[in-house]
Amino acid sequence: MMSTLLDVENLWVRFPSRNGVFDAVRGVSFTLGRERLGIVGESGSGKSMTGRAILRLIRSPGIVEADQISLDGTDLMKLSEKDMRAVRGQRISMVMQDPKFSLNPVMTIGDQIIEAYRLHSAASKAQAYAKSVEMLEAVSIRNPERVMRAYPHEMSGGMGQRIMIAMMLIPNPEILIADEPTSALDVSVQRQVLSIMDKLVKDRGMGLIFISHDLNLVADFCDRVLIMYAGRIVEVCDADKLHDAKHPYTRGLLNSLPRLDVPRDRLDVLERDPEWSVALSVSARV
Amino acid sequence: MMAETQTLREWLLTETPTSRRHAKISAVYQGWLSFRSNTMAMIGLAILVLLVFVAAAAPLLSPHDPFVQDLGNRLLPLGTGGHILGTDSLGRDILSRLIYGARITLYIVALVALIAPIAGLLVGTVSGYVGGWTDTVLMRVTDIFLAFPRLVLALAFVAALGAGIENAVLAISLTAWPPYARIARAETLTIRSSDFISAIQLQGAGPLRIITGHIWPLCISSLIVRVTLDMAGIILAAAGLGFLGLGAQPPSPEWGAMISEGRRFILDHWWVATMPGLAIFTVSLAFNLLGDGLRDVLDPKAGE
Amino acid sequence: MNKLSVNGLNVWFGKQRDRVNAVKGATFDVAQGESFGLVGESGSGKSTILRAITGLAPNWSGKVELDGRAIGKVRPKSFFKTVQMVFQDPYASLHPRHSVDQVLGETLHLHGFRDIDARVVKLLDDVGLGQKFRFRYPHQLSGGQRQRVAIARALAPEPELLLLDEPTSALDVSVQAEILNLLADLRRDRDLTYVMVSHDLSVVGHMCDRLAVMKDGHIVEILDVDALRSMKASHPYSKQLLEASLG
Repeated sequence: MMSTLLDVENLWVRFPSRNGVFDAVRGVSFTLGRERLGIVGESGSGKSMTGRAILRLIRSPGIVEADQISLDGTDLMKLSEKDMRAVRGQRISMVMQDPKFSLNPVMTIGDQIIEAYRLHSAASKAQAYAKSVEMLEAVSIRNPERVMRAYPHEMSGGMGQRIMIAMMLIPNPEILIADEPTSALDVSVQRQVLSIMDKLVKDRGMGLIFISHDLNLVADFCDRVLIMYAGRIVEVCDADKLHDAKHPYTRGLLNSLPRLDVPRDRLDVLERDPEWSVALSVSARV
Repeated sequence: MMAETQTLREWLLTETPTSRRHAKISAVYQGWLSFRSNTMAMIGLAILVLLVFVAAAAPLLSPHDPFVQDLGNRLLPLGTGGHILGTDSLGRDILSRLIYGARITLYIVALVALIAPIAGLLVGTVSGYVGGWTDTVLMRVTDIFLAFPRLVLALAFVAALGAGIENAVLAISLTAWPPYARIARAETLTIRSSDFISAIQLQGAGPLRIITGHIWPLCISSLIVRVTLDMAGIILAAAGLGFLGLGAQPPSPEWGAMISEGRRFILDHWWVATMPGLAIFTVSLAFNLLGDGLRDVLDPKAGE
Repeated sequence: MNKLSVNGLNVWFGKQRDRVNAVKGATFDVAQGESFGLVGESGSGKSTILRAITGLAPNWSGKVELDGRAIGKVRPKSFFKTVQMVFQDPYASLHPRHSVDQVLGETLHLHGFRDIDARVVKLLDDVGLGQKFRFRYPHQLSGGQRQRVAIARALAPEPELLLLDEPTSALDVSVQAEILNLLADLRRDRDLTYVMVSHDLSVVGHMCDRLAVMKDGHIVEILDVDALRSMKASHPYSKQLLEASLG
């Protein structure tokens, strides 16, 4: 039995609006061990909100409610905003979809990594520099010294995302939340970034929450998959068994994908059953 | 009754409008709803509605004739002899003069609001959309106008054209349009490269149609916001010109000119200059509040 | 006979020192009624080819022929009655302040149609939207519905050649299936010719008969979809793409 890093129980994210309260995430429960947990769903399914809610990064007027979000026994819901800031980055890191919006355009990459590193440790500048170069090497960047001097706009998307991953991993967090980390990248670069992430997660024994809309990618890359629809988890399965998924929504998603090896005249169109959005969330706690 | 209002609200908030007019009204109503939730903006709007009402009903509201002099009752303090806000140096009722002055203020505001943004919109969108030499020439002209301090340029114009309200308005408009041209040009540059402009180009639409039908509707909202926020400055500029004797001419009850007159007695008879000052302050503030509220409703970047 | 024939097309941006050559000597033919795919990664110049054909990218050289007649620098109105384009991002390709009715109505007006009301109704039915969407604004529509409006706009002048620039890459997979089915139906019903740009080999494989693989502005290989399916790509880059998309 693997140890549990994160235990989320009955998580809700609500947005009050003019026409009543909109529930973006509705009673989601799951645990995360030292594994790669995939969360898949279409836009509006609440998958990104779930990731952000764990770090309590939902902007007002959004409200996060949960019975518990426990990280090694500490309930994140009960922490003050100040303690929460220590958790973010230090113990749980997040990689966003587009590196262009996550890096400061007027600082060199080196300065940003060094700053991030020194925020979390009392290292000297020289130590921080050495550590940063080491991290860039760890994400397979060939000439780290040159990249350290470069500005974000000089980097390609794949490079930028590797840099973000390097930055997020410097404080050695226990959990990495990756929100569509490769969606903005080309297919060939996608695989490289994923294998780098995979290696780092394995070597360090981290827990990874991988949020994506791409079923095939998640099936390949993760250990366990949660499928979300309308703010709820509709199905939980092992990633290698995703293609035998049972829930009609998951089946519908899989069948609506065009496939090179199985040519068809028409693609199957997903018929949405209103039942799905009222059914209770499936628990993914182990 | 209750059910009826409910259906009207539903009709207004519908996601499936049934006609062009229905869609328009519904869009306006939704904007109004989000505007209404902004208390400060509603206060600003209320003050301005009041101003318009006062200006329209001036003959009915004013207790005295604003032009009749009564040298025996000059410089009466607040509340004496039936003059709620006292009288000025010629014995004229200050409240009545303020009420009639609202007309002049509105006249100035309306004229400037018509001339400056439209000129700016024209220059800015043409410059931004056409680009090349047209852009360079138009923008350098704009730069030249921008380089002058507003009041100094207005002074020069009034000096050349002669004192008077119309010339003051013209002078203020001439100094007010360049910032609008800049804003409109910047917006046009971002709009020009968007897919929906490419799409209409692919239907064979000409530049005139694209600028007026597709670029203007998107520039206008940010211009309206900017104009509303600038209105305070415009009122102050008009008052400044009045104060310097280059705007409205006596005995016209223009607020700036009233302050100018009251200036001589400011130490002994403070109300003569203070009351029109308060009126200018209130209206300027109202425009600022309204502008902030409009920005929340109209700004497409904050929208969705 | 070839509907579209592109010969030695070069497209560039910027001048002199800043000049970037986005497309270098692209050559391909698209037969009448065919569906032709352009595949490549971002920056390979695949979308730029479409923009050059329609005149949205003004700096180009080479020869582009439509129905055997060369296209000049200035495109006459009749060109846009024959060639239309659907853009990648349905959130950017519709004017935010124009209702569906205005978008379609203006397009029909520009192409000189008289019976605009009847045609708007027909177009909405053709793309599977129906009447209740007619007076909505883009912010009241989902991504898939917006793309249907964009397709309706492209169909309004009754074109023969439709250029599709990643029409589904901004959409969810279930919506992608609906849009791809719609495009396939329209092509069959109206005898349209498609040129479709995509980074997704499986989408192009589903929609197209033949495809060109692009890399750094060059077309490295043109092959038909059966060859692609049986893994008979010959250029190493096509093979690499194929492997990446099969996983």
